[in-house]
Amino acid sequence: MSILDAYLPVVLFLLVALVVTAAMLAAAALIHPSRQNIVKSQAYECGIETTTDARDRYSVRYYLVAMLFVVFDVETVFLFPWAVILDELLLFGLIEMGIFLGILVIGYAYAWRTGALDWA
Amino acid sequence: MIDMVVIPVFKMLVVITAVLSAVAYMVLLERKVQAWVQVRLGPMRVGPHGVLQPIADVLKLITKEDVRPASADRFLFTLAPILVVVPALIVFAVVPFGTSTTMFGKEISLYITDLDIGLLYIVSVASIGLYGLILGGWASNSKYPLLSSLRASAQIVSYEVAVTMTLVSLIVTAGSLSLVEIVKAQEAHGVWYVFIQPVAFVIFVIGALAETNRAPFDLPEAEQELVGGFHTEYSGMRFALFFLAEYTNMIVVSAVGVTMFLGGWLAPFSSVSWLAWLGLVPGWVWFSLKTFLLLSLFLWIRATLPRYRYDQLMRLGWKVLIPLALVNLAVSAVLKVLL
Repeated sequence: MSILDAYLPVVLFLLVALVVTAAMLAAAALIHPSRQNIVKSQAYECGIETTTDARDRYSVRYYLVAMLFVVFDVETVFLFPWAVILDELLLFGLIEMGIFLGILVIGYAYAWRTGALDWA
Repeated sequence: MIDMVVIPVFKMLVVITAVLSAVAYMVLLERKVQAWVQVRLGPMRVGPHGVLQPIADVLKLITKEDVRPASADRFLFTLAPILVVVPALIVFAVVPFGTSTTMFGKEISLYITDLDIGLLYIVSVASIGLYGLILGGWASNSKYPLLSSLRASAQIVSYEVAVTMTLVSLIVTAGSLSLVEIVKAQEAHGVWYVFIQPVAFVIFVIGALAETNRAPFDLPEAEQELVGGFHTEYSGMRFALFFLAEYTNMIVVSAVGVTMFLGGWLAPFSSVSWLAWLGLVPGWVWFSLKTFLLLSLFLWIRATLPRYRYDQLMRLGWKVLIPLALVNLAVSAVLKVLL
């Protein structure tokens, strides 16, 4: 199967899914009523008037989790091709990945010790 | 032209219709199961035993007014629900529902396409939906949705690491990224991978619950603290799209779990001679049955377990599941090379 044969359906599916979603939104837009007023279009805040902008400062923990995620996710991307051809690499691949994961585990242990993995 | 476009598009429409109706009835089933567990009856009014409830729900959602907060970012507010639904649907492009069937004298494969990198495609496309959640919460410019989308994104990325790693240990066992090949490898091994990789299966199920924001990990939608979650400001059809995406994602992770661990379209007990007649049932029936079983497990868990606290959730993800997944991967790789 050529590359085009394999990937054309993916592109087609993307288009079909977009059309179906747009059709659902359009169908609802034709039917539903629209009576906006000022109170209705306020952001929800437990029934009281909205005071400040929602886009305020938030906990730095979320940022830390995102950073850790990037480290681990990039590492798993390297694991994918390695896992597929492990039967050909055999012991060489095993040792190579052992070193690679070993470095990662050291970083993981460091993150654990400094408390980066603790929440609150 | 017919082979390249018409048949694939026909298959896509069948898949989308099947998924959308499955979602509608999943919602009803969920309400019913919750009710039975709590010794209630659940929806009973619309149709006998409430079987027409999904249709009433759809009609109601379509006819509801679509309110957009004045302070919201107009473009991103519209984009977010689309960005959640479309990836959830197109993941099905590589899920094999069976091998092939003959229709109108033509052999038709029961999958839309068989990519060599099928699993990588699933992992990457499924993560696009996360952008929709974050954008939805941010674009609303409302406090609860923003907090909820922050929680959802941190939770999903935390568990994504462990889940992707367990999938890698499965690739080590199967030796391929193509989902069709993985099922065929299970056929060749003569055993489903849930029995070879039980630890991976447990991590996968826990991670699947966390990534779809299901109980006991439904913190992004914790009603008592966050009102409704990242879609608090959404109403009408846009809200319906978020809802649809959530349940579609549940079906996606169940379908992927069935393909990876439970033998996909394969019939059970293929080695037991007096149960060989089970192989006469079409593969897609087995596939649907297994997916339904996994989905029922999700509903059962929701009815049984209380919600985690956020620090407990993070500790489970980073300090339990990730080390476990790493060890599992190392053991699978060593066993693969030595045996």
